Amino acid sequence: MSAEEPSYSETARDGLANACLQRSLRGLQDQCGKGALAAWRALPDPTLRSRVKARRVETLAHLDRVLEQLADGIRARGGQVFFAATAAEANSYVLDLARRRGVQRVVKGKSMLSAEIGIDAAFGAAGIEVLESDLGEFIVQLAGSTPSHIIAPCIHMDRQQIGRLFADQLHIPYTDDPPTLTRAARKVLRHKLLTADMGLTGCNLACAETGQITLVSNEGNIRMATTMPRLHVALMGMERIAATLEDQRDLLQLLTQGAALQKLSTYVSFVGGPSKEGDPDGPEEFHLVIVDNGRSRILADPEFREVLACIRCGACLNICPVYGRIGGHAYHSPYSGPIGAVVTPLLQGINRHADLCRGETLCGDCREVCPVQIDLPRMLVALRHKLAYGDPGWQVRPYNRIEALGYAIWWRIVGSRRFYETFLKICRTLQRPFTGPEGRVGRLPGWGGGWTEGRDLPPLAPMFFRERWRQMYRENQTERGQQGAEERHHGQ
Amino acid sequence: MNLHTPVSLFIQCLVDTMYPEVGEAMVRIFDRLGVPLAYPEGQTCCGQPAFNSGYQREAAAAARRFIELFESAETIVCPSGSCVAMVRHHYPELFRDDPELRARAEAVGAKTFELTEYLVDVLGVTDLGAVFPGIVTYHESCHLSRTLGIREPPRHLLRRVQELHLVEMDNSDSCCGFGGAFSVNYPDISLAMVDEKINNILKSGAGTVVGCDIGCLMQIRGRLTRRKENIRVLHIAQILAAGENR
Repeated sequence: MSAEEPSYSETARDGLANACLQRSLRGLQDQCGKGALAAWRALPDPTLRSRVKARRVETLAHLDRVLEQLADGIRARGGQVFFAATAAEANSYVLDLARRRGVQRVVKGKSMLSAEIGIDAAFGAAGIEVLESDLGEFIVQLAGSTPSHIIAPCIHMDRQQIGRLFADQLHIPYTDDPPTLTRAARKVLRHKLLTADMGLTGCNLACAETGQITLVSNEGNIRMATTMPRLHVALMGMERIAATLEDQRDLLQLLTQGAALQKLSTYVSFVGGPSKEGDPDGPEEFHLVIVDNGRSRILADPEFREVLACIRCGACLNICPVYGRIGGHAYHSPYSGPIGAVVTPLLQGINRHADLCRGETLCGDCREVCPVQIDLPRMLVALRHKLAYGDPGWQVRPYNRIEALGYAIWWRIVGSRRFYETFLKICRTLQRPFTGPEGRVGRLPGWGGGWTEGRDLPPLAPMFFRERWRQMYRENQTERGQQGAEERHHGQ
Repeated sequence: MNLHTPVSLFIQCLVDTMYPEVGEAMVRIFDRLGVPLAYPEGQTCCGQPAFNSGYQREAAAAARRFIELFESAETIVCPSGSCVAMVRHHYPELFRDDPELRARAEAVGAKTFELTEYLVDVLGVTDLGAVFPGIVTYHESCHLSRTLGIREPPRHLLRRVQELHLVEMDNSDSCCGFGGAFSVNYPDISLAMVDEKINNILKSGAGTVVGCDIGCLMQIRGRLTRRKENIRVLHIAQILAAGENR
């Protein structure tokens, strides 16, 4: 985390204090999170998710081959494919293209990857206008903010705030009526979509067998962004590929159900190349930029490879009790929620995002709701493991030497019955000044203060269970067992 | 395994040191059933705090110690879902590179049970003759419900308690915000989560909240008393051991 960026805990506090965010997230989680779990329970084929997951992992195992197959298909139709190893390579390819073709205005379809690689700033520096065409992204862009949810970017704003923003920025009379606001946005967007030189989209899924990419949307903006401008550039994370059409169909179903409880999104666009002669519309050029930017490293590590199976549906955000309280901005990444907590450190640095690795309870909700059953809690623990001792392979430094020493001492204590009992007896004596009149510990010094800041702690018991066992139970164990058996016999 | 199978008590550290009455309630329950009990006195901590924080070397050392101490037991029963999840699921992971220890870990994991799971799924007992007058709501702890898949046994047991009226709270299986070190490292988030849980408990109309994991209960109770709410917090063993009427 850079020095000027506020910490996870600090931004989390802002989220906790934001009443509008709290209301929106509750609504979202009550509906979508629980809805996705219900949808999985109601699947006609209960093995669908595990089968799709297995196929996804299998595809990842020979990613190089399926990506080549995809590229061949697109090139055969006159499209161009560029493999970008880094964000910088991807940005400079797109920017070069824009310059060569005299692009002045770019319209974007929703793309998390575009935020990951920071392409907006690159366009801005080159004096090229960039406009988001997804309504939520458009609102966030207008507000000069960042998305706080993978699928619902402006979930942190309510319609009153959006009304004020539109009055301010679009110079319309204030209203908080959603259809009126949507019409106002549509008017702006329509003009920009019709006059843009380049459409820049993401890629929800690609299919190697058919050689095309697939985009889902509910607003129709993707259709326009991919067909109206003379250039269409799609940014694709290199893992986002299905080997066969059948795989793609299954993934698409899980994606739209996981994201928004839809059997299918309102629009599904399949793009395999530029327009051909005689086509009524479509771009003159189609470029697919396949981005690595740290994904190869994840792929090479069996412990984390599984995270590349993610299809970015956002279901884990819709159920996570941590995300549900703090919102997406605390994650300081385009990828928020449980998936962000795993993938952001892996892509951008484990030390830099140590709070993301540590700031969850491992409750397992995300694993349960994930359409492809990714075990995110397991990987959070694996990331913490790297932070605990450091890992040169991932350039991780030990996170906190004092904590490490604490656990080394902890093991010395619990590793021996004698140490354990002696230590706890000492603590029992030392706790007296901290124990209040009603028999609770209300204030602890140091690290323990994190607990007592909002909670009481029970004091250590005057007699531990082990002491009571020794005194009251151990001796007459056999007798008690027989007595119980007799009682049971009589009871029958 | 049946009522004659001796049970080795695995009393998690928090119960041992802070809530010994929960361990005693467990002893009373097994006494009532006539199940012979043992308590391996060398036991300390299963290693879960170290494991969850990433300190796998220390966790593995604790796991190894636990395995050596308990592998001669016929069956092991613990009043905590998360400790059982640790033994059953995470011990084998800790020894993934050591086939011999891994096999021993799996063997111990296979005979380690959570209390309600052992009573209902293994012994087939649901009626313990307990009496507990009052409206009770049940908090489903995360590792119990999602990692171990134990959702119904506690409810079966509670439904058979005389004079107990079980009501379901909203989101009974959503996390209380404890998460071990998380609760201390990220207190603001943890408190927001437990407040949500408490609001659901209050909304349910119950006078008592019951659970199977003392970590969650410590979190909920600690916040309730700080908020000066008049709700009782009990471990399920305490309810099942209450008011013998046989």
